[in-house]
Formats: sequence, C-alpha cells, structure tokens
Amino acid sequence: MANHSLALRHQFDDVAQQKEASTFGMWLFLATEVLFFGGMFLCYTIYRRWYPVAFGMGSNHLSLMLGAVSTAVLICSSYFMACSVNSAANGKKKALVAYLAMTIVLAIAFLVIEMSEWHMLYTEGLMPGFNFTYHEMDPRHVQLFFGLYFSMTGLHASHVTIGIIVLTVMAVRAYRGAFTPDYYTPIEMSGLYWHFVDLVWIFLFPLYYLIARHLQ
Amino acid sequence: MSEHIVTKKQYGYVFVTLMVLTLVTTYAGMKDLGPLNVVVALAIAVIKASLVVLFFMHVYWSSKLNKIVVVSGIAWLGLLLWLTVTDFASRGWLPFPGK
Repeated sequence: MANHSLALRHQFDDVAQQKEASTFGMWLFLATEVLFFGGMFLCYTIYRRWYPVAFGMGSNHLSLMLGAVSTAVLICSSYFMACSVNSAANGKKKALVAYLAMTIVLAIAFLVIEMSEWHMLYTEGLMPGFNFTYHEMDPRHVQLFFGLYFSMTGLHASHVTIGIIVLTVMAVRAYRGAFTPDYYTPIEMSGLYWHFVDLVWIFLFPLYYLIARHLQ
Repeated sequence: MSEHIVTKKQYGYVFVTLMVLTLVTTYAGMKDLGPLNVVVALAIAVIKASLVVLFFMHVYWSSKLNKIVVVSGIAWLGLLLWLTVTDFASRGWLPFPGK
C-alpha cells in the first residue's frame, strides 16, 4: 500500500468509491435492523389495538420523567457523535477523541437511567417472568404490555451496549491516530449505527411513555 | 459522494430542534387531546426521526443509491405494518361461518 493513511483496499479504484461501498453496506444493514425492530413495533401495534385500556394502565406505571430525560440524554449523545464525525473530517484528533468520549459517557448515562427504571418496575412487581404480581384490572394484558416493554427496551439497550463497545474501539483507534481527513469511514459508519439507536428510541419513547398520560 | 462536511453549527440547529420537539411531545402527552394524542405523538416522532436521518445521518447529502436503500427500508416496514394491520382490522367484516 503506497499511502497507508488512506487505507485503500486494492479492490477499489479510489477512496471515494471505497467510502461509498461502506456507506451502502451500512445502510443495507440498517435496513435489516429497521425490520428487526419493525416486527416488534408491529406486535405492539396489534396488541395495543386489542387491549388499549391495559396498555394505558401499564404505561402509566413507567416514569415519564425518566423517559423524557433518557430521550434528551440520547439526543445529546447523538449530537456529540455528529460532532465527532465533523472533527474527524477536519482532522482535529483531540476534538474527535473528546467528542467520542462524551458520546460514550452519555450512552452509559442512558443505560444507568434505563436500569433504574427497570429496577423500579422490578420492585413494583411488574417484571414478567420474574415477579409479576399485578392485581388490579386485567393483569394478563398488563403483563403482555410489560413483556413487550422489556423485550423492546431490552433489545434497544443491547444495541446501546454494542454501540458503547464500538465507540470505545473507535476512540482508542482515534487516539492512536488511525484516522485522517482522507480516511475516517469507520467513524462515520459507527455514527450511522449510533444515530440508528437514537432513532429507535425516538419511537419507543412516545409509544411506551406517552400513550395514556392524559388519563392519569 | 458525501464529501460534504456538515458544520457543528448545522448540527447544533438540528440538535436544538430535536430537544424542543422532545419537550413539545412530552407536554402534549400530558394534555387530553382525545384521539389526537396518538396522532400528535407519532407525527412529532416522525419529524424527529426525519431530522436525524436527513442531517445527523447525512442522507440529505448522500448518493441516490443510498437514498434508495433508506426509502426501501422504510417502504418494507410500511408494507409489514400496513398489510398486517389491514388484515386484523378487516377480520369479521364478512360473516363467513366457521371462519
């Protein structure tokens, strides 16, 4: 390889083509992710149509405060990720590492908030399969609501965890000087993944936290 | 090619809009808007998602090929939701015995 900093693989004509191929591949992966989560959103849609009252009662056991704060935290984290890409493109190594670190810190903060929410639900006896002890109206379908809640937020949290690992690897590589303004595709691709995680939460928040607040 | 570099200022505008919309959707969720609650919540979510996809994810500046992938991803999701929901919604419209 003549120019190592470009990291151009031999099967590509030039850097632009290589980057385009990476972006294309990443978006294809994200399209499969849309359908992966999509199946669960579909499940939610059907059951909510069938049992709107039970879903409303279940939803009001979630903490609106925690939901809104975690949404804000994730959006901030997405913003810092976007700034990471900008710093990488401008060759600002220190800023890149700093922004990646802030993205990771907020991702961890998001997980901590989510864990406290789960713990709160657990102590209320609302975790299906562990200690579901809900005795008010229609416990079976409230259990269905919480089953879906824990599956979907759990799948999302696992994506957040993977994101933290990916971004940590990127931060270490950036610190070691692996990226230049000519080659920072891995930062951009990790960014796409991270924004996707934000995207899923943008829908999870209203569907789980906001559906029946006005009935409280 | 996405050689376009988005400035931090541009990202900042998107960020502020997303935060404001989060406040608006939380506030609207606490008001009783009747059947409009769901509509408002989902409309705001779609606007937020569009902002993230177009600007944070650079689709606005990306090639046609990548735009097609994004649109087809959304289209398949739409197909999944639409066909299943219409199936469930229309069951029982025709009085077939033993259905």
